Amino acid sequence: MTQVMLNALVVGTTYALIALGITIIFSIMKVVNFAHGQLYMIGGFVVYYFNVVFGLPFWFGLVMSFLIVGLLGVAMELFLFRPVMLRVKREEVTMLLAMGTAVFLESLALLVFGEKQRGVPPIATGIVELFGARLPTGRIVVIVVAAMLIAALMAFIGYTKTGRALRAMAQDREATALQGVNLKWLSAMGFGLGTGLAGLSGGLLVAIFAVHTGAGTAISIKAFLMIMIGGAGVLSGAILGGFVLGFLESVGYALLPGSLTFLIIFLIVICFLIVRPNGIMGKPWG
Amino acid sequence: MQKTISMPNVNLPQSVQRSSALKPIGLGLLIAAAYFIAIPLVFGANGYLLNVFTTMAAVSFISFGVWLTFAIGRINLAQAGFALIGAYVTAILVSRLGVSFWICLPLSGAVAALLGGLIGWPVLRLKGVYFAMITLCITEACRLTALSFPALTRGAQGIVDLPLPGELSLFGLTIIPAFEKGARLPFFYLAGTLMLLGLGFMWLLDTSRVGAVFRSLRQNEDLASSLGINVAKYRVVAFMVSCFYAGVGGAFFATLQQNVYPTTFQVLDSVYFMVYCFVGGLEFVIGPLVGALVMMISFELLHEFQRYQTVIFSGLMILCILLMPNGILSVVNRSGKPEEATNA
Repeated sequence: MTQVMLNALVVGTTYALIALGITIIFSIMKVVNFAHGQLYMIGGFVVYYFNVVFGLPFWFGLVMSFLIVGLLGVAMELFLFRPVMLRVKREEVTMLLAMGTAVFLESLALLVFGEKQRGVPPIATGIVELFGARLPTGRIVVIVVAAMLIAALMAFIGYTKTGRALRAMAQDREATALQGVNLKWLSAMGFGLGTGLAGLSGGLLVAIFAVHTGAGTAISIKAFLMIMIGGAGVLSGAILGGFVLGFLESVGYALLPGSLTFLIIFLIVICFLIVRPNGIMGKPWG
Repeated sequence: MQKTISMPNVNLPQSVQRSSALKPIGLGLLIAAAYFIAIPLVFGANGYLLNVFTTMAAVSFISFGVWLTFAIGRINLAQAGFALIGAYVTAILVSRLGVSFWICLPLSGAVAALLGGLIGWPVLRLKGVYFAMITLCITEACRLTALSFPALTRGAQGIVDLPLPGELSLFGLTIIPAFEKGARLPFFYLAGTLMLLGLGFMWLLDTSRVGAVFRSLRQNEDLASSLGINVAKYRVVAFMVSCFYAGVGGAFFATLQQNVYPTTFQVLDSVYFMVYCFVGGLEFVIGPLVGALVMMISFELLHEFQRYQTVIFSGLMILCILLMPNGILSVVNRSGKPEEATNA
């Protein structure tokens, strides 16, 4: 059981990172980024290319995955979402745009990266024993890094001026603009920050699981599950949702055969949403 | 519950739509006749192209369901899941019990609608993005269910070698002869008929009082319920109709391809059904048909680009949304209709 709990902790911290990215984008733009999983996948490939193909250190690749995928997100916001959001009659169109972007990125990745599963050499060797359970050191490193990143992100959003502006924008765009905040710059940056987190978590997890071009949809679905559990648009909910899903998944994989685990998780989430349509921490919204 | 309360005047006054109702019927029948005669004449020799039209018709049939859930203001990504359910119902009944395809076709729709009602009743309480996400999960859950119970569905191997539809006869009178092996025309006509019936029913629904109720749900559920509309009932009905379309369409595809796998309908298909509605334009009943036609034909035109096909196709799709964010028909119809009230 300790083993399962530790696994849940490993998966949960990285999932929380994914959920935080999609939550930031959602709360400031009111757009659900359906391409989140694909951006995660690209982040994984960026690390693979820098580490294995170019032979640079893993950590350099990780920084690059944040920067490259983040810049991709800024470009998406500037050239796709912003012009469309200005002109649409129905807000659903932006969601469709995100889905189109997801299909586009995935088919492009298939062309560029190929079909093969890619992994990187282990970032740390050895096994650590913890409370009677055994855990590879690499996974411990991933937990620690992910936890540090989450802490840094929360500090950034909670205590810096830019973070405060982001929170204000999530609450009320007009009022924020009246306070002299440059919304155009800020929303592009927020979008980039969210996608950058997707790339970062992809880059981090490639150290444990290999990545392939078709991984995106599954990750997007997991991200949706997390924000539905935690409550959309709430940062603490995203972290909680990440850990809950990580826990359910680890327990399920330990007890049940493969495909049944997620089927049961889906059923649990559907039943849960009947009781609490806004998630654990979410506020009601339409 | 409510019987006599007058409808909120949500969209165009109904009298306007009614009085001009005859013109679209006549025009529609004309186009339908042209479709049934001209396409086989032009493309009859080329089985591949005929198949493209068959697929297009069936796909737009399924998309009508998505369009209806849009009409009540829900973004439905579960359509592929319910199509998969319909496909499996037909496949299991035909292959195991030898039930006639002509019974399976409506039955698949009914099963899908029933399940849709059961799932939809709680899930439809969710709105907006939440509903989109949960329906996406339902599609994925359907795929996983098909994988997880191999005793019934044969898991990843799928159910293969389904027989072609037999003859449909009533009191010894043959109405539809048995489908011959390798013949593509029967499927073309079947898909076309389904599409026309589906479109006709959608159009009737949209122009009826129920259609106005559906639109009122999209604009403001609270206001609609304050006028005595049983919101929960109507949105479940709309969702069930949508699932019926999905089930019938799925059953058709299972028979057309003569096999069904858990991957026959997946998340991407749900997205495409939605795309067809959007590209055509959400304000128009015929939108899904126009969208499916344009998208599928452009996809086939890109066939020679081989492995770049999907990249170019999705690129075009994004471009389409960028240039015409309100659909193709909105460009054609720019001056005509008065704009709908924006979200209240």
